[in-house]
Amino acid sequence: MLTFTTHKKITNKLTQQLLLVSLLTLGLAACNDSDNDNSPEEVVVVPVTPAMEYSYSLTLTNLTYGQPLSPVAVTLHGDTRMWQVGQAASVALEKLAESGDNTDFISLEDNLASTSAEGPLLPGSSVTLNISTTEPMADYLTVVTMLVNTNDAFSGLTGVDISTLALNQEKSWRLNVYDSGTEKNNEAVGTIPGPADGGVGYDSTRDDIDLVGYHPGVVSKDDGLSSSVLTQAHRFDNPAVKLTITRTK
Amino acid sequence: MKVIKQSPIKSTLSLLALALASSTTMAQELSITVTNLTQGLHFTPVITAAHTSDNHLFMASEMASVELQTMAEGGDISGLVSMLTNSDANINENPAAGLLAPAMSASFNLTNDSANTHLSLAAMILPSNDGFVGLDSWKIPEEAGTYTVFLNAYDAGTEANDEIRGSGAPGEAGMPVPPPLDASIGMNGTGITDMESNNKVHIHRGSLGDDDMTAGKSDINNSVQRWLNPVAKLTITVQ
Repeated sequence: MLTFTTHKKITNKLTQQLLLVSLLTLGLAACNDSDNDNSPEEVVVVPVTPAMEYSYSLTLTNLTYGQPLSPVAVTLHGDTRMWQVGQAASVALEKLAESGDNTDFISLEDNLASTSAEGPLLPGSSVTLNISTTEPMADYLTVVTMLVNTNDAFSGLTGVDISTLALNQEKSWRLNVYDSGTEKNNEAVGTIPGPADGGVGYDSTRDDIDLVGYHPGVVSKDDGLSSSVLTQAHRFDNPAVKLTITRTK
Repeated sequence: MKVIKQSPIKSTLSLLALALASSTTMAQELSITVTNLTQGLHFTPVITAAHTSDNHLFMASEMASVELQTMAEGGDISGLVSMLTNSDANINENPAAGLLAPAMSASFNLTNDSANTHLSLAAMILPSNDGFVGLDSWKIPEEAGTYTVFLNAYDAGTEANDEIRGSGAPGEAGMPVPPPLDASIGMNGTGITDMESNNKVHIHRGSLGDDDMTAGKSDINNSVQRWLNPVAKLTITVQ
């Protein structure tokens, strides 16, 4: 039976609403009182384009010695990048990179789906986040988190095309550390939000190069920056984070 | 060196492409973008070349040529250009028309002859004594697509890393300081070291710097002009 097999196929991937439509289709087919599979009424009602749902599981591992990571933000969006080397950071990124607060970043208009970890990710720890979408344009991935014992360091990736991932396919990256370029790396008391200082996070003044680039690493007071509240224990190197994505649906 | 291939073609197509490529050795059209990933280093004029597989601008753990030394200590690529011209390489010189500033990119096209299957790149990093960003003999893929290569900073092994103002001439001590960098580099440093005990090309150990712009050991600013690898990104589109 054509109608029946079509119905089975669709329910595997459909939302409740579409399931209802399919059930109605069956009802209509039944009312039509026809045993003929080729009846035109059936053909007309069946073709509702199914809105595919895609789900992904992301696992991040903090590879650093002494840099807790702020709550990880994950977003799906169209073909765009949330930052780029050589461009000024958005205010949302500046806030995230200076304070670890991802609220504005999550709310960016370009995001079609988003999720956030509930708390910070400590060195040596991993966190797994799940994200789902039925938006056909949500083919691009952004993941971002702050290294909280710094002025404005963050790690992540942005604008990565994940549309080619097959079901259960896995992909991994080792992520380097960016500098939002919005705050001088003076490592001074009161400027670092992490436990090394407990200072102020976001400050709207941009007193650095105002271009996103790769981070030069922290110097620390143990290595010649006398104004620094950081110690040798806060130094890091690339890569800082391991990210694995698996398409689960 | 990390290589990421971004746009895979369907497998049947790529097989076809490979078959075509191996049966007909043809010149390739390359669109290349070099990005200075750092926020505190300038690159001197960049030289990029496609050359034969047995050629090298430099090799890690080998002594630098005089031409490489001249580039790494003072940013002068003319020696490397002559060397490459003599070996029929395809060359792009100075795509940024001067210094490639922090976080900036420069793009150019390069057509490589069929024998020139490998790509190399070099530029001095400033401030440094004899540091350079380098790509050594990367095999140019035959398959069309966009490829990303991350580049590290090397030390030519030809000059002590004293980290103080000085000369850009080969064999002379100190770092060259072109005018755009003058204000960002310190003065009166007493010198980090006068030794260069590893005289072969090696991964640069990084600058030490200090936080005193008018005294101290180094004229490098430690909270701005240090770096972590990679320091550059190369995006290569094979047409």
